[in-house]
Amino acid sequence: MIPAAFFLVLSILLFVLGVVAFFIKRDLITMFLAVEVMLNAANLAFLTFAKSSASLDGQVIVLFVVTVAAAEAAVGLAIILVVFKRKKSIQSDDLNIMKG
Amino acid sequence: MTELFWLAPFIPGMSALLLFLFGGRLSRRWIAAQACLSLLAAFALSLLATIGLLGAGHGSAPIVKELFSWIVSGSFSARAAFTFDPLAAIMGLVVTGVGFLIHVYSAGYMAKDRSPARFFGLLNLFTFFMLILVLASNVVLMFVGWEGVGLCSYLLIGFWFEKPAAAAAGKKAFLLNRIGDTAFLVGVFLVLAVTGSAEFQDLAANVMGGRFPAGMATLAAVLFFIGATGKSAQVPLYVWLPDAMEGPTPVSALIHAATMVTAGVYMVCRMNALFAFSGTASLVVALTGAVTAVFAATMALTENDIKKVLAYSTISQIGYMFIGCGVGAYSAGMFHLVTHAFFKSLLFLAAGSVIHALSGEQDLRKMGGLRRYLPRTFPAFFVGAAAIAGVPFLSGFFSKDGILSRAFAQGQYVVWALGLATAILTAFYIFRLVFLAFYGRDDRISAETKAHIHESPSIMTVPLAVLAFFAVAAGYIGLPRVLGEKVDLFGRFLAPVFANVPEHGPAPGTEWILMFLSTAAALMGITAAYVFYVKKTHFPHGLISRFPALYTIVSRKYYVDEAYDAVFVRPLVRGGEVIFDHFDKRVVDGALNGTAAAAGAAGRVLNLLQTGLIKDYALAFLIGAVLFLGFLLM
Repeated sequence: MIPAAFFLVLSILLFVLGVVAFFIKRDLITMFLAVEVMLNAANLAFLTFAKSSASLDGQVIVLFVVTVAAAEAAVGLAIILVVFKRKKSIQSDDLNIMKG
Repeated sequence: MTELFWLAPFIPGMSALLLFLFGGRLSRRWIAAQACLSLLAAFALSLLATIGLLGAGHGSAPIVKELFSWIVSGSFSARAAFTFDPLAAIMGLVVTGVGFLIHVYSAGYMAKDRSPARFFGLLNLFTFFMLILVLASNVVLMFVGWEGVGLCSYLLIGFWFEKPAAAAAGKKAFLLNRIGDTAFLVGVFLVLAVTGSAEFQDLAANVMGGRFPAGMATLAAVLFFIGATGKSAQVPLYVWLPDAMEGPTPVSALIHAATMVTAGVYMVCRMNALFAFSGTASLVVALTGAVTAVFAATMALTENDIKKVLAYSTISQIGYMFIGCGVGAYSAGMFHLVTHAFFKSLLFLAAGSVIHALSGEQDLRKMGGLRRYLPRTFPAFFVGAAAIAGVPFLSGFFSKDGILSRAFAQGQYVVWALGLATAILTAFYIFRLVFLAFYGRDDRISAETKAHIHESPSIMTVPLAVLAFFAVAAGYIGLPRVLGEKVDLFGRFLAPVFANVPEHGPAPGTEWILMFLSTAAALMGITAAYVFYVKKTHFPHGLISRFPALYTIVSRKYYVDEAYDAVFVRPLVRGGEVIFDHFDKRVVDGALNGTAAAAGAAGRVLNLLQTGLIKDYALAFLIGAVLFLGFLLM
């Protein structure tokens, strides 16, 4: 039996990786992937707590998160596609028309 | 039928409403006909009611018609009610009768004007408000009419508002009337505060019953009289009337000679109990009237605008009426009001006919010998002039003499002397006008004008003839008592209204002497005018060159307008500018602009946060999330 702390540490590492990747990468697809990594880091934490407390609640939430992530991926990719069509670029630094 | 008198104001009122709403679609003839007929109907109703009043006999109660209860507030209530008593009957007949003739004349005079519906609509509206003023049974309703006629006066003076002078004259009249009206309103409040009732009958009863403290009565009467000095153009608020001549001539005849400007006299007569009760107030009225009479008459001497001579003459004649009221001869004052309404509107309409004939020329120096060109206007004007000058056996003689003899009988010798001096001046300036315009050679008229000279159409000359008849005949309804106890029909008809006022006539011998003096004054003035302006025409110039300073002062109207301008108008305007520059521009605008600038600056600072880059927003989000978590964990 591997201790739960190991999984939690892995979850934190994944989350931090996601955050760092989100901030240092410039193209939207990679940033999007970083978000997915963060979501799954959270999923891992949920599963760990579900297993260690012998409750199904955490697992149910993970199912929800996966579902929402799938929907979010569809919408997000569609937006990236449209942005590319208009701007011929998916570099986040090029998207600054909301500058005040 | 007599109860129907309450409809009299509403017929012209309805006509005005129709003209304002649909005037643009009606033909010129229809507009004039409707306006005249509405006045004729109102006149017929007034006449019927007057006949009813005469038939009801001496001393019977006035006819009262309550329309609805108008203001009810706590202990105070004011009815919308009309009273038809002898005083209202006379004033109502003058307003509708003279008004009708002037309406008919206007149909000819304004035949080429661009907006007949507006003109006749306003004339009708004026009649409506004037009749409200006349018939009102309480002072609050009277105030409604009082303000309404002021409004119509303003609108009609500025009828040709594209002329800057006309617009300015209207504004001047309105503002000066505001001063008087404010005093009037304070008087109304004072009466309400003391007696709690606005009805004229209650006011008289309270004054007679001693329920009105003497000081308060004087104050109220003086306040009302200040209102009258505004409306009736007396010293010190008279300066608007000469300027009001910028309006069309029929308006000058109707509003600024016959009816509205005499509303002040009517109001004083209406409240005769209050004025008679306060000796001080009566003295103020008499002296103001006398000073105004002589002061305005001197200003008429040097005026060269035909209408302005008549305007100063109106101011002067209203001064006579106030002399009458001030010495307790209310019925004599009212009698002069009636005769003045006839001969002064006659003079104005005849002057209008002259102006019409000369294609708009109003300067006396550019007139002369007109009697040959205007064979119908000239006799009418001459009759009017003789009447106002006080030539014996014409209406002005009897009414003026009635006032002066009673002033003498009351021992008001100063007032009487001023009145007699005015009589000489009046005869002089009015015949100066006659001789300058109608006699002499016609070479002062420019050739271009002379080519277009024409007598006015019948629609204008027939009203002149009717008015000329009354300018002669109206005197015979109020003959002096010295000719017999019963010949003063006018005074006997009005006696119930002025029952509370003791009136002393002069002794018969004195009255004959006074009449003789009045006649002498009139003839003296006329003779002087004849010598000055027909026989020895170099005479006036000689006088001017000998007394240049005096002439300048008088012809500049004693610099009263300039003085008012320097003392009141310019400090107000200057003060307004100072406040505008320092308070409005700096404080008010500063606060407003400061708020806007602060919001703008804040926006510019906060703008820096809006980079438009996803990373920055995400970073803000991350920091927020971390702070929130940190807060939760602690």
